[in-house]
Amino acid sequence: MNINFLDFEQPIAELEAKISELRCVSNDSEINISDEISRLQVKCQELTSHIFSSLTAWQVSQLARHPQRPYLLDYIDLIFTNFEELHGDRTFADDPAMLGGLARFEGQPVMIIGQQKGRDTKEKLQHNFGMPRPEGYRKALRLMEMAERFKLPVLTFIDTPGAYPGVDAEERGQSEAIARNLYVMSNLKTPIISTIIGEGGSGGALGIGVGDKLCMLQYSTYSVISPEGCASILWKSADKAPEAAAAMNMTSGRLKELALIDIIIPEPLGGAHRDIKTIAQTLSTVLQENLAMLKQTPIDELVESRYQRFMQFGQFETG
Amino acid sequence: MSWFEKLLPTRIRTNGKTNRRVVVPEGVWSKCPVCQVVLYSPELERHLNVCPKCNHHLRIGARKRLESFLDPEQREEIGIELSPCDPLKFRDSKKYKDRITQAQKATDEKDALIVIKGQVLGLPLVAQAFEFKFMGGSMGSVVGERFVRGADVAIEHHIPLICFCASGGARMQEALFSLMQMAKTSAVLNRLNQHGLPFISVLTDPTMGGVSASLAMLGDINIAEPNALIGFAGPRVIEQTVRETLPEGFQRSEFLLDHGTIDMIVDRRQMRERIASLFSMLTHKPQPLQANENLEPVSIN
Repeated sequence: MNINFLDFEQPIAELEAKISELRCVSNDSEINISDEISRLQVKCQELTSHIFSSLTAWQVSQLARHPQRPYLLDYIDLIFTNFEELHGDRTFADDPAMLGGLARFEGQPVMIIGQQKGRDTKEKLQHNFGMPRPEGYRKALRLMEMAERFKLPVLTFIDTPGAYPGVDAEERGQSEAIARNLYVMSNLKTPIISTIIGEGGSGGALGIGVGDKLCMLQYSTYSVISPEGCASILWKSADKAPEAAAAMNMTSGRLKELALIDIIIPEPLGGAHRDIKTIAQTLSTVLQENLAMLKQTPIDELVESRYQRFMQFGQFETG
Repeated sequence: MSWFEKLLPTRIRTNGKTNRRVVVPEGVWSKCPVCQVVLYSPELERHLNVCPKCNHHLRIGARKRLESFLDPEQREEIGIELSPCDPLKFRDSKKYKDRITQAQKATDEKDALIVIKGQVLGLPLVAQAFEFKFMGGSMGSVVGERFVRGADVAIEHHIPLICFCASGGARMQEALFSLMQMAKTSAVLNRLNQHGLPFISVLTDPTMGGVSASLAMLGDINIAEPNALIGFAGPRVIEQTVRETLPEGFQRSEFLLDHGTIDMIVDRRQMRERIASLFSMLTHKPQPLQANENLEPVSIN
């Protein structure tokens, strides 16, 4: 059992382990087994595409939280240059669960904002598992307003289980912090593109997700509550999370069909974590294309169509 | 058995229990959950569901709330033609469709928000109220759309907007459609603000989750009723996360006032006068004449 692989990825992990064993053997010995290796590699590819062709919503939500999944800082390294992190909400503290700063994207200055999870235990604690406190949302707000002042496009990257549910967060007005961001972002006079790169957890995700375009990596999720949370409220048991994940239509494919998101960014075979360079390249291309389009739109028109975009969300009967 | 009961003939012994129950018509008497005093229901209603003995604010239905808040004249309900549907064919232990039907029967409302254009002490405004008994006052597509239409009417007539919140948050059965209502309602409040119109948010018991993290916290003035539970995450979720018992009064109105989240706590029986007064100042209107509310003076302890 390889802990860096999910349950349904285990057959792939076993095959890959076998291949690397054979490689070691072939390096040491005279016997040529390269045919056998390439045969196994083809088999491994087939197995992977077979497994990934029919993922359930629950499997996708596990992929979105995969321990090896690329995080915001990985993308910043690969897509942007001259990143200057900006800290603090100027009122209370700096929140390492929410990062932000100036950077160049294809030479053009932009404002980057997004949640950061942590890879190992120490990092996870430092970044509070990507769950921002009010000061995180207020830092994001400060940076967005700065971007508006200096006419910089805002690129947000969403990857959070949700806003932090803690005593201190409540004391400092978690609700108000998120609400204020929705309010300001709906009328921010600069282009905003949001991309969900992993978990899009509820209000904590939406708090930096009100923009002109919403992209989702293929195996990311976006939902009103975590599948576990939904299951424990509606099914009275967190074990029903797989059912809840399916019922909530939280995958990129379903959300695109429901016209709740704009763009799906395809991931490499086996998911973003199997080939970080490729996914970074694809993401960069999509962002470039969309940013170029948004920049051509006069700002008042852009803000008006953003407003209309949100006004049309909702399904009901009339009469 | 006490010595006194032993003296009684067996046929009138009660063995500690009353065998013959006094039949009281249902709903005539209610008990205050805080001071336990038994109250005559019409009397409680006259006090707008506030316990006259201890001032505890019991929950009140949306229609009753607006009925008592607005002047009787010139009322016009907005968005009545909208009713919920089930875009995701959502099913947990029950079908969403059945939950809707059940809630509609229980409340006689089509969804969890009622919007009325009317007047308070002669000041025209749009008033909205959440019906908590309709699926926990949860916000789905209809709630979001009615809220927006209410705000649009306020903009069209250039009058203020008020909302009485009572909600557990976003409606899970409409999944991401519900989450988007947070952005939708917040965006329309920004529009209202651009037209120079005030919005007062009244937070009542309970105001949580997605409603709290959007429209409810965006008032130019945020008012709470006494001792209402108001917050982002529910107390149980927080307890599970931090693994400690929460302090007494956590996430209650008084706690929010202390932490700078709300402007004031107002007794329900004074809501009309206080809000009319606030709106009149924000919109440069003369101070409205205090209406005689036929209520005993309110004592706040």
